[in-house]
Amino acid sequence: MRELRYDAVVVGGGAAGMAAALALDSRGKSCAVVDREPSLGGILLQCVHNGFGLIEFDEELTGPEFAERFAARLADSRIATFLGATVLEIAEEGEEKLVFCVSPSLGGLRIRARAVVLAMGCRERNRGNIRIPGTRPAGVYTAGLAQRLVNIEGYVPGKDVVVVGSGDIGLIMARRMSWIGCKVHAAVEILPYPSGLARNIVQCLRDFSIPLYLSHLTTSVYGRDRVEGVEVAPIEDGALQPEKSFRIPCDTVLLSVGLVPENELSKGAGIELNPTTGGPIVDSTLMTSRGGIFACGNVLHVHDLVDYVAEEARRAGLFAADWLEGRRPRKELRVKVGPNLRYVAPGKVDPSRENKLYMRTMIVKNEALFEARLDNAVVKSVKKAHIQPSEMLSLSLGPAELERARPDSMLELSIQ
Amino acid sequence: MKAGSESFDVVVVGAGVCGANIARRLSQYELDVALVEKEADVSFGVSKANSGIVHGGFHHDRKYLKSRLEVQGAMLFDRLRAELDFPFVRCGILVAAMHEDEMRSVEQLYMRGVDNGAIGIEMCSRERMLELEPKLSPDVVGGLHAPGGGIVEPYRFVFSLVESAQKNGVRLMTGWKLARGQWRGDRWELGSEDGRSLRARWVVNAAGLYADEVSRLLGGEDFAVHGRKGEYYLLDRMTKSRPGKVVFPVPTSLSKGMLIVPTVEGTVLLGPTATSVEDKEDFSTTRDQLDTVLNSARNLIPGISESDVITSFAGIRSFIEEDFYIEVSKRAPGLVQVAGIQSPGLTASPAIGEYVKELLKKAGLRLVEKPGYDPFVPKLPRAKDLGPFELDELVARNPAYGEMVCRCERVTEAEIVEAVRRGHRTLDGVKYFTRAQMGRCQGGFCTYKIIKIIMRETGMGYDEVTKRGPGSRVLKGEL
Repeated sequence: MRELRYDAVVVGGGAAGMAAALALDSRGKSCAVVDREPSLGGILLQCVHNGFGLIEFDEELTGPEFAERFAARLADSRIATFLGATVLEIAEEGEEKLVFCVSPSLGGLRIRARAVVLAMGCRERNRGNIRIPGTRPAGVYTAGLAQRLVNIEGYVPGKDVVVVGSGDIGLIMARRMSWIGCKVHAAVEILPYPSGLARNIVQCLRDFSIPLYLSHLTTSVYGRDRVEGVEVAPIEDGALQPEKSFRIPCDTVLLSVGLVPENELSKGAGIELNPTTGGPIVDSTLMTSRGGIFACGNVLHVHDLVDYVAEEARRAGLFAADWLEGRRPRKELRVKVGPNLRYVAPGKVDPSRENKLYMRTMIVKNEALFEARLDNAVVKSVKKAHIQPSEMLSLSLGPAELERARPDSMLELSIQ
Repeated sequence: MKAGSESFDVVVVGAGVCGANIARRLSQYELDVALVEKEADVSFGVSKANSGIVHGGFHHDRKYLKSRLEVQGAMLFDRLRAELDFPFVRCGILVAAMHEDEMRSVEQLYMRGVDNGAIGIEMCSRERMLELEPKLSPDVVGGLHAPGGGIVEPYRFVFSLVESAQKNGVRLMTGWKLARGQWRGDRWELGSEDGRSLRARWVVNAAGLYADEVSRLLGGEDFAVHGRKGEYYLLDRMTKSRPGKVVFPVPTSLSKGMLIVPTVEGTVLLGPTATSVEDKEDFSTTRDQLDTVLNSARNLIPGISESDVITSFAGIRSFIEEDFYIEVSKRAPGLVQVAGIQSPGLTASPAIGEYVKELLKKAGLRLVEKPGYDPFVPKLPRAKDLGPFELDELVARNPAYGEMVCRCERVTEAEIVEAVRRGHRTLDGVKYFTRAQMGRCQGGFCTYKIIKIIMRETGMGYDEVTKRGPGSRVLKGEL
């Protein structure tokens, strides 16, 4: 088996992996990116709609354009890329990590490195995960699979569509399916508010007069060999109303019911996961419970914008470079997830420098107050005109806010 | 009768686990045998969706044929595994009593197991149960341990049997649904729904849920095969609640109850429920029933979590009355009925093959051993079972082993291609043969790759690719 050695290996060549690798390269570290697909870019390549890059490039790009800008930078760098190569296992041997991969052209490949950056992204939750009963006919797809079939393979999965859930990919696909001449009959969301971005509700549903059923549960899929429809029932005051159920005939169900960080490799490497995010537990430098293994992008927690993914991944790459140079934070403070927040990533801050924190709220609210308290004293507060679970929040905290922190201080973030 | 229609000594109707065992058993002799199946692939009926258990020989009284065949069948699995390449492990079976009063039933099961000759069967204290299976609920009060019980991947078992049968001369015809049959004094003339015809000296009716219709079509005995639906949940292999042994509750008069099965391939199966159904094509699941499955499983292993569920499905078991109905027909000539094969049908199936061979022999079928009979099928390397070094060697010989198509179950392009070349040309057929699409993403990442491989290998158009045969087309148009 071939063996290669780099300072760092980045697992995954999507937006996160590319951004992390470029950061490592900028610090003069030798670095390899491994991706199972034949080209860099990950899921961005099938996202042919626009809306990418507003923060990163200050212009509106499509997914493939966004990916291409990063891929071009990689091509100009010293970064080694291994495409069509699947990582099978991450092991440790003393101070070194061993990354085992396989590819048709190289066979087995063992890469030795002192740092690893995990950037495997996420996968879609499927019918089984949300346990929709009924029959099991052809015609039930996750929205991302349908997106792949339409945008890259050039096939139409079905003509009469119901979208279950209201995640962004489902909304984007409702519009895409309408454009290719399919009829999208409805989007059905169990929650009282949409799971996707507000702009997608407007541009992908309202502009196409597609009804959105909020507070409705998809109770069953029917049809023997091919989907013939779904059964839907309203939820009123928290209780399912089966007697008010109705059927929506269709030949295709697209599921857009959430994303899960893809951490099977991480589990295999003995990395501890956060049960709320499904991603690794990381310190203020985005380092996992295994020293030298970092995580960023959707494998850490699911982001809504690729621009945030790139930003976070760049920091992970720089932190990995710090680790390679033997630099570690002197002091870290644990972040407590306070009222109305679901999670904060990362879960620790370094009071000696600026820290960027990402988080999601559990509530929908106008005129919300976003607060950081150090030992119960407010050190930062930000007003937000509107917050909702589907829109990620971020906050920067640095020496200005944290200078008084003692080793046993408690930092709490909350929404009031 | 059309000239040129093929002539066989035996036509087996139905390529489920019974039909496959019978056909393979007969393939040892100088006979022309055909195996016909109405579905697009073999094992697409009752045999594809069941618990996959090789039973421990303690559930049924030996007065029943099913019980005697269960015990004989269970003994044959080790040899079959050595000959055929299918996943089977004798992991042992536990029956867990959760109340003191259930221990009486456990005692009866124990006595019955001893009576049936079940090897190594033991009564267990609470401590012994928890030692054998630490994941069990601490509320367990005792139970039964049958170390000879095991687990098998049922469709893979059928695929291997059919492959072996074909290798030894059996002709397989899929999409062949029996529509008519006439006895011409010395042989049957059989016709399929799509107009194909066959001649046969003997017909073996192993048509599962539709054995009653086949019997009627051939003028055989009048009986009704009923369907009993069982719903299941499948859990991800990453679950922390995977037991090391099959765990049964204490059975009731109606069923063996809902069990927890650590499948040979590493996932966990919960179920089945037991509901009588009129419509034998009703494979729908319901929230109520699935909730029952989860609650019942949690009663035995409290750590089981719905967040580990990757899919649910339903299977339909066939039954006539209490027992199997395996006899030479008294009404129709040249017909053997293999019907009402309820649980423990999978366990009994190798013995059913033997039993039917004996029935045919007694009825006058001349059995001459075939000198070239080869019981072995070549073992197909599976990337999932290989370490990096072994995989490296394999890729050197066949680069398609380096192309990981299904990331969740670690299935390579080479294995998918092999499945298609062996005749599994539907998405479900590929799934059952390779496990691709069977893992936690349920095909979200790999379905389009498999569609493309099927099209490339078979020359089929996009509009010919189906999930499981006619009517289940996957793609509806091209851009």
